[in-house]
Amino acid sequence: MKQNNKNTITFIVCSIFVLIIGVFLAISLGVTHIGISEIWNSIFNYSETLESMLIRDMRIPRALSVLLTGGILGVTGAMIQGVTRNPIAEPSLLGVSQGATLVIAIFYAVGITINTTNVMIASLIGATFSGIIVMGFTSRKSNNRSIAKILLAGTAMSTFFISLTTIIGLLSNKSQFIAFWVSGGFRNATWADFNLVAIVGILGLIIAIFLSEKINILSLGDDVAISLGQNPERIRLITFLVMIPMCAAAVAVGKNIAFVGLIVPQIVRKIFGEDYRKNIPFSFLLGAILLTYSDIAARMVYSPYETPIGIFTALIGVPFFIVVARRERG
Amino acid sequence: MKRKRFKIIIPILFILLVASIIMYLCWGTYKVSPFDSIKTLLGQGTKLQNAAILNLRLPRMLVGISVGIALSTAGALLQTITKNELADSGIIGINAGAAVAAVIFVSLKTVNYYSTLGPLSVYVLPFMAIIGAGISATIIYLLSSRNGVKPKRLLLIGLGLNAGLNAFITFFTFRGGIGDYNRVLIWTSGSLWGAGWNYAKVIIPLVTLMFMIVLLNYKKLDALNLSDEHAISLGLNLNKERKKFLSYAVILAGGATAFAGNVGFIGLISPHIARKLVGPYHKNFLWVSAIISIVIVLFADAVSRNLFSPIEIPVGITISIFGVPYFIYLMMKEK
Repeated sequence: MKQNNKNTITFIVCSIFVLIIGVFLAISLGVTHIGISEIWNSIFNYSETLESMLIRDMRIPRALSVLLTGGILGVTGAMIQGVTRNPIAEPSLLGVSQGATLVIAIFYAVGITINTTNVMIASLIGATFSGIIVMGFTSRKSNNRSIAKILLAGTAMSTFFISLTTIIGLLSNKSQFIAFWVSGGFRNATWADFNLVAIVGILGLIIAIFLSEKINILSLGDDVAISLGQNPERIRLITFLVMIPMCAAAVAVGKNIAFVGLIVPQIVRKIFGEDYRKNIPFSFLLGAILLTYSDIAARMVYSPYETPIGIFTALIGVPFFIVVARRERG
Repeated sequence: MKRKRFKIIIPILFILLVASIIMYLCWGTYKVSPFDSIKTLLGQGTKLQNAAILNLRLPRMLVGISVGIALSTAGALLQTITKNELADSGIIGINAGAAVAAVIFVSLKTVNYYSTLGPLSVYVLPFMAIIGAGISATIIYLLSSRNGVKPKRLLLIGLGLNAGLNAFITFFTFRGGIGDYNRVLIWTSGSLWGAGWNYAKVIIPLVTLMFMIVLLNYKKLDALNLSDEHAISLGLNLNKERKKFLSYAVILAGGATAFAGNVGFIGLISPHIARKLVGPYHKNFLWVSAIISIVIVLFADAVSRNLFSPIEIPVGITISIFGVPYFIYLMMKEK
């Protein structure tokens, strides 16, 4: 037990350290490299140089939005994996994010101004709609919940939503803008975006931690949960209700980023076992780290152009996916 | 009973096939009456009719037909090999592998957006795509074989690979800038946009040849449908046959993807409907599945071309909008 606690503390300290370095690098690196003193000055001594404006209005909100979005993705992945008892589940592989994108595309096509609030509203409508469908096919009788099947249904759903998004884009003659918005990643992250992910992310994290004990019970299986006096359908419903706004915020700010929610809870489970009281907060931490470094890579690899951040998460995510899939029997 | 049913189904399918072909040739911005379209095919059309039908719609239709046959046959083969009715070359990443190879090849061979492939490249393109499809099929096969290839594992690994490859295609094609968006769409969702005689003359012989080879093997395919023990006792070398048919599926799917991009779900739906209509025996089933896929592709492409004309929707998107609900219905039903 003592040993375990020690491991936990080491993990927390190390990851916070890595995260701080990551955020610092994210602020400092870029087309213009910025030194430590410059960063310090622009934060604590209000100055009007170009660099300090760049830091205050571009780099810092972006770095922090990335961090929080990564955390959100990690937590939503852990939650959905827990309640569906499916190690490969993840909101964007199941079509929730694509549903959110569809409604955002509709907003674009109709001509509604694209700002953080409107995008979040659209994203929330879409995520709710697709989240309900996903809940439909994950919470039916357990014979319908094989991992392969849920994933197939998710792939089909994302294809469906992407197809509708494409049609809307083509018909409204805005497909290129929509596609660029989707592949844009955090390019235009502002303080408003930061506020959104900060509020949703931190609230969501706190509620998720409160829920974690119930998710623990549910992850043992519906039968065990019932015999312990819990209502599995209700826990699942509440978890989805918490998860949907978190997914929506992640899409609104970071667009479609797959695989983070898959990789992070996997690693955390490897280290700490199947205890969601730890898994959920640590998934937040690790998700934040993963996305922070992915975003640095996205900005630096093809500099001065940006590479879509999803490439990097997919690059790490696909091998992970395959390793987990290989454990599948039957 | 089955035989009687077969006799009714075949004429109905045939009528549907002819109807969809005539509809495809007639319906468009420039309308041609069915009678005139037949006359044009016989070489007695006006100059305008010749231009519309012989130069534009006919080659595109032939490419569409070949793509339909290729993908439905590839899907049928994969379903027989994996003994899973939900297998399809689009879902498990074989098409995406072909698309990656094609995208790389095309962007190396063409300089800007509107330039077309040279005459030699048109012949090389399907080979590249088939190699790409082959690589991705090999990866899926190797990774999913641990204590033997398990169908579910194969499906899962294919799904993961598909997601990754699509991310790559999007990235690779977006590098070029905003104007390349239509190209991304073609490769990721499948389209017959721009399919002309230069495509038709390559894909028709390829698909015809492969389809014949697969048809000639119908007895072996039937044996693969049995349990492994039965198949072995019939003298079948299971691993060899599986690899053989997998490579046929790869060639068919790769060839189709080279010219029409990643069209999904058609390889899933048509074999499934065919199996329901005429049962699982490959001799009839492959034909029926091919005809059904032709009808679906032609209808879907006619709709994609004309419904919102002059804007064209990629045919793969139309198919998936109708295919996905059917697919989910299938999954819900399957125990």
